[in-house]
Amino acid sequence: MGKTKYDALFIYGILYLIFIYTPVLLIVLFSFNSGQYVAFPLKELSFKWYAEMVNNPGLTKALGVSLRIGAFVSVVSTILGVLAAKAVTRYYLPGRAAVTFVIMLPLVIPTIVFAIGLLIILAKIMGLQPSTWSIIAGHILLCVPFSMAVLISRLQGFDKNLEEASLDLGENAWQTFWRVTFPLAMPGIVASFLLCFTTSFDEYLMAAFLSGNETTLPVYIYSQLRFPQKLPGTLALGSCILVVSFVIVTFAEWMRRRGVNPDQNLGI
Amino acid sequence: MVSVTERAQAPVARGGLWIAFKTALHRHESLRGYLLLSPTLLVMLALMIIPLLGLVVLSFCTQIYFDIDYTPTIKNYVAIFDVANNPIYLVLLFRSILMSLTTTFFVVITAYPMAYFLAFRVFRGKLIWLILITVPFWTSYLLRVFAWKIILGFQGVINSGLISLGIIKNPLEFLLYNPTAVVITLTHAWAAFAILPIYVSLEKIDRSLLEAATDLGDTPRERFWRVTFPLSLPGMIAATLLVFIPTVGDYVTPSLVGGTSGIMIGNLIQSLFGKANNAPLGAAVSIVMMLAITLIVCVFLGAVGRRRWKQS
Repeated sequence: MGKTKYDALFIYGILYLIFIYTPVLLIVLFSFNSGQYVAFPLKELSFKWYAEMVNNPGLTKALGVSLRIGAFVSVVSTILGVLAAKAVTRYYLPGRAAVTFVIMLPLVIPTIVFAIGLLIILAKIMGLQPSTWSIIAGHILLCVPFSMAVLISRLQGFDKNLEEASLDLGENAWQTFWRVTFPLAMPGIVASFLLCFTTSFDEYLMAAFLSGNETTLPVYIYSQLRFPQKLPGTLALGSCILVVSFVIVTFAEWMRRRGVNPDQNLGI
Repeated sequence: MVSVTERAQAPVARGGLWIAFKTALHRHESLRGYLLLSPTLLVMLALMIIPLLGLVVLSFCTQIYFDIDYTPTIKNYVAIFDVANNPIYLVLLFRSILMSLTTTFFVVITAYPMAYFLAFRVFRGKLIWLILITVPFWTSYLLRVFAWKIILGFQGVINSGLISLGIIKNPLEFLLYNPTAVVITLTHAWAAFAILPIYVSLEKIDRSLLEAATDLGDTPRERFWRVTFPLSLPGMIAATLLVFIPTVGDYVTPSLVGGTSGIMIGNLIQSLFGKANNAPLGAAVSIVMMLAITLIVCVFLGAVGRRRWKQS
C-alpha cells in the first residue's frame, strides 16, 4: 500500500476538517478572551471566566446531576448492549434483521417524539412528577442503539472458534463468557461505556422535557445562553466539556478500533 | 414451534416445567439467543411502544385549562388540516421538511468526496482521519450549534472580523436568525452521520471490480459513474435517512439560530406542550409529523428501488 496522495481530494479533506473544527475551536479561543463580547478584535488573555465558572453553585449542582445520570445510564445501556450484541452475533436468531431494526429505531425517529411520549405517560397519564428516573429512561433509549452497534462490530471482529474451543476444553458457558468472551470484548465494552456516557452527558432534549427539580448540565447551559453577560462563563464551561469529551471519545474510538481489522469494522 | 412443545412433553411428565424449559433451551439455539436478547428487547420495546401509545391516546383528547378530557375526539386532527382558518401547522411542517431536505442534500454532497478520499486515497493513518472526523460529533451538540450563533451573530465572529479588517462598515444582518443559518448549522452538526455510512459502502467495494473496469477500457470518470457510484448507493441511502429523519424534528438548532422565519415543527410541538398548554394538540402534531416523515421515506425508498431495479 502506498502513501496518501496529495491531490485535490486531499485538499478537500483538509478543508472539510477545518469546516468541522472551526466552530469548536472558536469557543475555546473566546473563553480565554477577557472581553465581555464574543467579537473580534480579541482583548487580552484571561482566565477570569474559568474562575467565575468554578465558583458557580448552580453549575456544580447540574454537573453532579449529569455525572450521576451519565454513570447509571452508561452501565445499564452497556449491559443491555452486550446481551443484545452477543445474541445477534453468536446465535442462530430467526428474525435477526427485524430485531436489530427495532432496537436501532431511536436512531431514526426524532428524539422529540420519544421525549414528549415519555412525558405524556409520566405526567399526563400516570400523574407522576418528571424526575431523574424519567431522564434516565429517555437516555437509555438513546444509548442502547449506540452500545449495540459498537459491540456488534467488536464481537464480529474476533473468532467464534475461540469460544467453541473453550467449551470443547470443558469450561461451561459462564466460565467461557468470563474467561474468553469478556476479555476479548473488553475494548468494545469500554468504548460503549464511554460513548454512552458522553451521549447522556450531552443530551439536551430528553432532559429538557423530562427533568423535574434537578436539571442536567446541558439544560443549565441552555438556560444560560439567553443572558449575554453569562456568555463568556458558558464558553469557559463549554471549553472544559469539549476538552474532556474530546479526550474520552478519542480514547473510546481508539479502544473500539484497536485490534480489529479496519476493513471489518464497519459499524458507525 | 410445534416441535418444541412435542419434544418438551416427555420431561414435563417427569420433572416439571423448569426441566422442560432447560431441555428446550439445550436443544434450540434460537431459543437461547432470544433468551439472551429478551432483556434488551423488552426494555427497548417498553420505552418505545408505551410512549408512542401515550402519544396516540393523548392526540384524541381535549385540553380543558389544566385538565385533560379523555373523551375521544378527532378535532385536533381537524384543526391541523383546517388550512382555511389556521394554516400554521402545515406551513411549519412543510417548511421543516424542506429545510431538512436541503440540509440532507448539502450534507450528502459534501460528505461524499470526504468519504471517497478516506476510502480510496488514505492508506496510512486511516484510524487518525476517522477519529478526527468522528470525535467532534460526540462532543456537545448544544455548544456546536451555539458556536454558529457566535459566528453568524450581529456582533459575531464574521461581522466583527470583517469590520476590524475594514471590509465592511456595518454588520451584515442577514447572517443569523433565518432558515439559511439553520441549514448551515444542521449541515455542520450532522456531517458525520453521512460521511461514515458512505465511507463504509465505498470501503466494501471489491477493488478487483475497479481493475476490471479499467482493463475493459473505462476511463476513470466512466469507471466512477458505472462502478463506484452505483455500488456506493446503499451508503448514500443510509446517509440520507440518518440525516433527514432526525433533523425534521430538531428543535435546539432552530431555537438558537433560526429566528422567527427559521422555526420548525419541533419548536411548535415544544410550545404546545409548554407555553401554549395544549398537549393533546402537540401530540397530534407530532403524530402528523411522524406520518409525513414515514410517507416521504417510503416514496424515497420506492423511487430508489425502482431505479435500481430498472438498471439491473
